[in-house]
Amino acid sequence: MEKTEWVGYGELVEIVLPDGTRKRGQVLDTSKDIVVVQVFEGTAGIDRSSSVKFLGETVKLNVSKDMLGRVLSGSGEPLDGGPPVIPEKRIEILGAAINPFSRAPPEEFIQTGISTIDGMNTLVRGQKLPIFSGSGLPHNEIALQIARQAKVLGEEEEEFAVVFVAMGITHEEAQYFMRDFERTGALKRAVLFLNLADDPAVERLITPRMGLTAAEYLAYEQDYHILVILTDLTNYCEALRQIGAAREEVPGRRGYPGYMYTDLATMYERAGRIHGKKGSITQIPIISMPDDDITHPIPDLSAYITEGQLVVSRELHRKGIYPPIDISPSLSRLMDAGIGAEQTREDHKQVSDQCYAAYAEGKDLRGLVAIVGKEALSGRDRKLLDFADVFEAKFVRQGREEDREILRTLGISWEMLAALDERMLTKIDRVTLEKYYPKRQEGEDGQGVQGD
Amino acid sequence: MEEIERPEMTRPVGETAGEIYRVAGPVVTATGIHPRMYDVVEVGHEKLMGEVIKIVEEKTIIQVYEDTSGVKPGEPVRDTKASLVVELGPGLLGTIYDGIQRPLKVLTETMGDFILRGVSAPGISREKRWGFTPTVAVGDTVQGGTIIGKVQETTYTEHRVLCPPKMSGKVAAIGEGEFTVTDTVCTLDNGQKISMMQKWPVRVPRPSVEKLMPSIPLVTGQRVLDMFFPVAKGGTAAIPGGFGTGKTVTEHQLAKWCDSEIVVYIGCGERGNEMTEVLTDFPKLEDPKTGAPLMERTVLIANTSNMPVAAREASVYTGITIAEYYRDMGYDVALMADSTSRWAEAMREISSRLEEMPGEEGYPAYLSSRLSEFYERAGRVKTLSGAEGSVSVVGAVSPPGGDFSEPVTQGTLRITKVFWALDTRLRERRHFPSINWLTSYSLYNRTLSDWFVENVSPHWSELREWSMAILQREAELQEIVQLVGSDALPEDEQLTLEVARMIREFFLQQNAFHSVDTFAPLERQYELLATIKRFSDLAKKALSLEVTYQELADMDSITLLGKMKYEEDFAGEHKKVTDKMDEEFRQKEVIS
Repeated sequence: MEKTEWVGYGELVEIVLPDGTRKRGQVLDTSKDIVVVQVFEGTAGIDRSSSVKFLGETVKLNVSKDMLGRVLSGSGEPLDGGPPVIPEKRIEILGAAINPFSRAPPEEFIQTGISTIDGMNTLVRGQKLPIFSGSGLPHNEIALQIARQAKVLGEEEEEFAVVFVAMGITHEEAQYFMRDFERTGALKRAVLFLNLADDPAVERLITPRMGLTAAEYLAYEQDYHILVILTDLTNYCEALRQIGAAREEVPGRRGYPGYMYTDLATMYERAGRIHGKKGSITQIPIISMPDDDITHPIPDLSAYITEGQLVVSRELHRKGIYPPIDISPSLSRLMDAGIGAEQTREDHKQVSDQCYAAYAEGKDLRGLVAIVGKEALSGRDRKLLDFADVFEAKFVRQGREEDREILRTLGISWEMLAALDERMLTKIDRVTLEKYYPKRQEGEDGQGVQGD
Repeated sequence: MEEIERPEMTRPVGETAGEIYRVAGPVVTATGIHPRMYDVVEVGHEKLMGEVIKIVEEKTIIQVYEDTSGVKPGEPVRDTKASLVVELGPGLLGTIYDGIQRPLKVLTETMGDFILRGVSAPGISREKRWGFTPTVAVGDTVQGGTIIGKVQETTYTEHRVLCPPKMSGKVAAIGEGEFTVTDTVCTLDNGQKISMMQKWPVRVPRPSVEKLMPSIPLVTGQRVLDMFFPVAKGGTAAIPGGFGTGKTVTEHQLAKWCDSEIVVYIGCGERGNEMTEVLTDFPKLEDPKTGAPLMERTVLIANTSNMPVAAREASVYTGITIAEYYRDMGYDVALMADSTSRWAEAMREISSRLEEMPGEEGYPAYLSSRLSEFYERAGRVKTLSGAEGSVSVVGAVSPPGGDFSEPVTQGTLRITKVFWALDTRLRERRHFPSINWLTSYSLYNRTLSDWFVENVSPHWSELREWSMAILQREAELQEIVQLVGSDALPEDEQLTLEVARMIREFFLQQNAFHSVDTFAPLERQYELLATIKRFSDLAKKALSLEVTYQELADMDSITLLGKMKYEEDFAGEHKKVTDKMDEEFRQKEVIS
């Protein structure tokens, strides 16, 4: 668009169509001759006679403590029929980077009540841990179960307030989330930003930033511990690619823009804790991997930024196991900070390493068994093979409403490890074995729950 | 930015003030100024810091190190007539900087917990006073690189104050006592004044007399690295690996335990929490050599993924210039860059905003020459003062999809001498560090062998070759096992598999989070592997004496051997294991 006066980069634009419809947009490129504007609501209906107004400020969100319990649109307008949010403050949604020096290391164990997370890929407060899933898998249920059950153990168990950000999901999925929030009463402690599948793609780029701005306000100024659920990042990245293509940018891998890493980082990095602030932001982004391909640019770049990933497996899902979280490709980078004697129990790390190794070996053996039969295996291999089966049946599988305590999770681990010989437990040191290995404790309950 | 000395530069005074013509993200076009390439400019009313990256006729194209939201055409631009420099002097150690050497601690004090724009802060404190002890006297001749005095910078690190590279003359006056970094401590007979601080343009390598051949290993205390794929002091290594394979943990381990005297750690476009981890851990950890907190030998550069892209591009240069400066004092410096892929991506992003013709995968065509220029700044050198110093560079690479054929990995592998290949499959079975022993390599193995033989054990190379052969053999056998199961193998091959397993699990795997296992001195590494070899030799003999494989595999000493690395009292445990092993073999009448 050719222009009259000089316009700032990133400034908000209001376009009024001849029929009176208002659309909003943002400046992408500004020079003395020309200004390029990206329109949030789609360019349909804009013609040469539309008027354009530069608002002289960048995109801002009205925030207030009263946002909790509200359902808002992808650009922050009320959808629940309630009045607009009365702002206590207006904040730029772009957000600034947290100074690494001000960050407090995330280290408080969050009990989600799901064994594969608590035991093997522990989530801690201030972490960003995405769920990598595929179409048709129960990632939404897992996210909801986490939102429902997540708490920090301690003198008084602390719950989270939830900021839920939907990007390009269907009405049906949105309904599912809303119903669950209402059913469990969680809505009171939640704020929802909904950009649905038929909302304009460009709006998708600001919706998560709206949500995170609200989260930052609630966390750092109102002392809430916030759990941000972002779903589905794949739709967000599609929108990013769409806009990039429209701007005739040089495309990167699979047509996604080269700056997608940086762009995703400006959202994921808004999780964390800050020295001297009571609140925190924990993020659970959901990413549906196109064709279950973990090397696809969206999960790939995300995993380079986030502190691990939980991978939902189609194979486990087919076996009828819920939650079908496959621990092998999953990882929580901050796990070590959140476990151990002071947080969960001293043996946690070693137990989880051992289960990981045994499960991986056992899974490998399944291929071999198909060829040579179980009889041809050595005793050691047979035990590992059984371990893998028991692991899936007892440890991974649990009820949709089952809130398993961490000590129970560790107890199950030791029960399973008891089936292996002591010499196979190479990841566990002598002291820990003596204390917890059930075979070493004749007469005791053998579940190793007596510690702590 | 205040005046900056510019060695050897006299140029016509040009226009210093112009105005913005165009803003597109971090790339700003200005008119009305006539700067040189890579001059630093102040952009807009907020005086955002930027650097000239292209000059086209009347237009100057600037990459801005800060967010440009709200910046408008018509706002002023001022040329500072200086290139991007770092400030070098006492006070660097223990500090955390962003990509353009703004101390992050000072920034929190001036602008709070979030990084806002247009705030500048000097790289080293102007107020702090340091005790200066001269090492030259009036009348001595000094030239660029001469050590003119000493400052105790941290408990164990002596900061050697250098005569800036382009000055020389006879000392006319020299001070002693407490000074700030800007006070003159030495005056030369030609009137040149030397303070404890000097500035150096980041994109220009600091001079040295000559490059020497690397012949001393950088001991890391990581078994798989020291034993199989060692890097030399002054060498270069690359760690490529998909996400989650442990690039950062390996870099952290190196920063913690490597035996260099100074560590520069660049967090380039990576996670904020990782830098926090360094900031919390390092002050608590002790340098195995001196016992001082590790932070006292470390300089951190943190330009996380959400901080401005242009500053990320600059961060590796800032880091390596600081590394070179300590090298010039005669120190061994190790530089860790995590991750160079993010640096390359920053180049790509800026290049695409400049609408340059893209090369492979959208990266600029000059990607590989930039990578080479960077890694070539590593090396063991004879410094201008005649001492020896080194800069070793270990660069992490984050290939998309874990695919090593991509341009950054390939460009890096062409230059670096050591390749530590991280493997997703190893990671999935919790084999850490997940360094693949079959695909990794070190081109220093030969040159460093002599050192290991002389300093650790005459059998060092032999032992390495033996264990490598076993691991190779295991890989071949595994293919058969996949088809028929291990029980179908002859007993001696089963034994090979068992020994290979011991090497993998007992030796190669190392727990970075275990208080003892995290750092393994060379002697321990050697003893551990030698004990495994001893078992292997005896077991082979046993097989020939009709002892069955199963009897051998059931030996208790194997279990003990597996736990040896976790024991604080290694020597005692080593004896226990050897005694037990002897006893068991004696029972089997293998030895008498």
